[in-house]
Amino acid sequence: MSGRDFDLLVVGAGPAGAAAALEAAGRGLKVGLVDENAAAGGQVHRAPAHPGLNGTAEGAALRARLAASAVVHLPGRSVWHVAPGFSVSCLSPGGSERLSAPRLVLATGTVERIVPVPGAATPGVIGLAAATILLKAHGTHPAGPTVVAGVGPLVYAVAAGLVGAGAAVAAVADLAAPGDWLRRLPALATRPALLRQGVGWMARIRAARVPILFRHTIVSITGEDRVAAVRLAPVDAGWRPRPDGHRTVTASAVAMGHGLIPATDIAAALGAALRDDADSGSRVPVTDAVQRSSVEGLYLAGDGTGLAGAEAAAQAGRLAGLTAAHDAGALDDATFHRAARPLRRARDRAARVGRAVAAAMAPRPGLLGQVTGDTVVCRCEDVDRAAIEAAAAAGARDVNQLKSATRCGMGPCQGRLCGEVAAGILAACHGVDRGAVGRWTVRPPLRPVPMETLLGDFGYADIPKPTFEPR
Amino acid sequence: MTAAVSQTQSLDSPADTAVVGGGIMGCVVAHRLARAGQRVVLVDRQGLCMAASGVNAGTLSVQIKREELIPYALRGLDLWRTAGDWLGDDLGFREVGGLALAFTDDEAETLTTRMTARADRGAPIEIVGPNRARELEPGLSAAPVLASFCPVDGYAGSYLLGRAMRRALAAAGVRVHEHCAVDRIVPGGSGTDIVTDRGTLRAARVAICGGAWTEALLSQAYGVDIPVTCRVNQVAVTERMPQTVRRVIGAATGLLTLKQAANGTVLIGGGWQGRGDPETGAHDILPENLVGNLRLAAHAVPALRGARVVRAWAGLEGSAPDGLPLAGPVPGRDDAYVLACVRGGFTIGPYIAQLLADRILGRAPEMPLFDPARLVAPDGA
Repeated sequence: MSGRDFDLLVVGAGPAGAAAALEAAGRGLKVGLVDENAAAGGQVHRAPAHPGLNGTAEGAALRARLAASAVVHLPGRSVWHVAPGFSVSCLSPGGSERLSAPRLVLATGTVERIVPVPGAATPGVIGLAAATILLKAHGTHPAGPTVVAGVGPLVYAVAAGLVGAGAAVAAVADLAAPGDWLRRLPALATRPALLRQGVGWMARIRAARVPILFRHTIVSITGEDRVAAVRLAPVDAGWRPRPDGHRTVTASAVAMGHGLIPATDIAAALGAALRDDADSGSRVPVTDAVQRSSVEGLYLAGDGTGLAGAEAAAQAGRLAGLTAAHDAGALDDATFHRAARPLRRARDRAARVGRAVAAAMAPRPGLLGQVTGDTVVCRCEDVDRAAIEAAAAAGARDVNQLKSATRCGMGPCQGRLCGEVAAGILAACHGVDRGAVGRWTVRPPLRPVPMETLLGDFGYADIPKPTFEPR
Repeated sequence: MTAAVSQTQSLDSPADTAVVGGGIMGCVVAHRLARAGQRVVLVDRQGLCMAASGVNAGTLSVQIKREELIPYALRGLDLWRTAGDWLGDDLGFREVGGLALAFTDDEAETLTTRMTARADRGAPIEIVGPNRARELEPGLSAAPVLASFCPVDGYAGSYLLGRAMRRALAAAGVRVHEHCAVDRIVPGGSGTDIVTDRGTLRAARVAICGGAWTEALLSQAYGVDIPVTCRVNQVAVTERMPQTVRRVIGAATGLLTLKQAANGTVLIGGGWQGRGDPETGAHDILPENLVGNLRLAAHAVPALRGARVVRAWAGLEGSAPDGLPLAGPVPGRDDAYVLACVRGGFTIGPYIAQLLADRILGRAPEMPLFDPARLVAPDGA
């Protein structure tokens, strides 16, 4: 493994991470920006993978600014371990690489919550985030009529994107009611561009005569080697499916997602203090007013600290870069406070809007009602809801006991997909809050690591033979 | 604070023996005492078998044990063979046979010396050449120059141990208090108080089975200072793959354990050290040691290069200065016992735990214990 030293490392090149890197580099720090994707922009400003596709203007501007800056952009790297102090191990197609810096900004964004239903493993079912990647980066989409379901702006972004691409949308099912959105209007009105975007999506969907079913969810998906039919049911105010009023829609694909979960693996592994976050129904790292975590030298920005949206992420990222530069001695207290003040204000203003959207898609307790006993929760290890309930009845009280008892979360995804759903079911079994069943122990590698790439070429003599103790 | 109030309250009715620490040793001590008719309580600050007992690589190898411990390992193996009966679950135990590999002439010499000594103590070990080794394990590379084969080596699923112990202890009538942290142990004339964050337990005698945390417990409770070194052992596991290895593979250097579980995942360990701190309980792997461990594994079994590693972790293991178990009375006490630092404790631990339980019951143990007094400096020193 080769080693590379920086003043500051930033993990994640979305709006938050890119802004942090640019700000710190502008203040004279030697900055490395590590990202899993081939181009910067994150999920929201994902770069088109093929010529002829248009990304967002913000994404193009961000990539141009990075290219013109002193930031060392390290794309195509998957971070698999972070040690305190900080040493970042990452994997690229070329091999394993170790990067180090005394300061670290984590801007790792979110993962999508997908609450499974019977048949969710049928080919043709994808997440809303995956659908977004198909549309934005590859200019393609699922074949045939698609049911788009779940909660949050992505439902409408994907449905409108499909319609715009000439694809058929069989139905849109939104867990939220129109009132849930109307209530957020005052906050949304402060960001007219966002509101216009939402209204535009809606108009496009309506113009295509796609049925929009509010307060509805998918309760089952059927089909042999391909989605054939999707059963939809109305939900109550707590999002629990109602027993009647179901309808079946013919479709050959499903895009569904139930909100976003902050990606906190690295922060948690480094021991950063966490807090409960109702908007995402999960625990997120604590940050101070200028984006410091509870761990010295560790800064956090973006939706990984709580859902607040891309604009707030960019402001928070810039602030994190500024704070890291200040703490590294690159600017004095007075300059720092003068520069930080407007960034804090801009961040908080944008976050009010982002949080209003997040609150509308905050998970409600009935959502797990769509997960029937024989629904597979952990797809890597084939663990269904009934197995989780049996483990709970046999004495598993926290998620790590659940993991030992059922192997739930032990497969290649390491619980990134199923973890929060399984935890919610376990909490429901014991009649306690999600927080009371603990946090999944984060075990490296943060992504599955191919041995071939990690090990490289070596001979027996290259393997150290440490003596760990006198025998 | 409510915690301060509840600490003084009784958490459970008085017991004959209180076991502090719910790892494999503490659980088996408690189980045997309860089966013999004692009233037993067991307390652990985590769930049962969540530390070294539940996160070790599951190796049940006789040939990699120290010479002095071979007779204990053989009896420990007998307990694993019958785990379905006494534990109610064999945790997927499989006696597949094991190979220890030498990759250089120096290693071959060490291997021959060590394995001969271990065979003299009763371990069924045979030294085999590279061709025979590859017959026994077709997945092996051409790299080994010599190997030792022990047909009774095997493995079991350590992560399943806590669940099995919980059932077995409940059936035996042990009162188990999980997620209950011991604040202090207060010995007295008429019994010992174990003050926890959920209330106080009272018992006539105490068995300290505290793993890597044993030193602090002995020091606080009895003023006995026995240095316990904390080892931080790393383990890694691959995703499921087609059958690649049949045996338990080790190395003459002691730096490798490798086996493929029935579900297709391959567990790779060998005592490579991570970093950890028993005081905070925090621990993590060291990436360079993971790479070293995996390279050695792939050097032995080349097909592993095509696998993906999905998890790696570390567990804290206590080790006494002479590398032998602490098993016997706490020096100077007749109401307290200690059982810890049994290196290779997944294999040997259940047996030594039964020996200690017999000692507590006033029966003569079948084999000698390992008196902790050997490690205490003469008074005044």
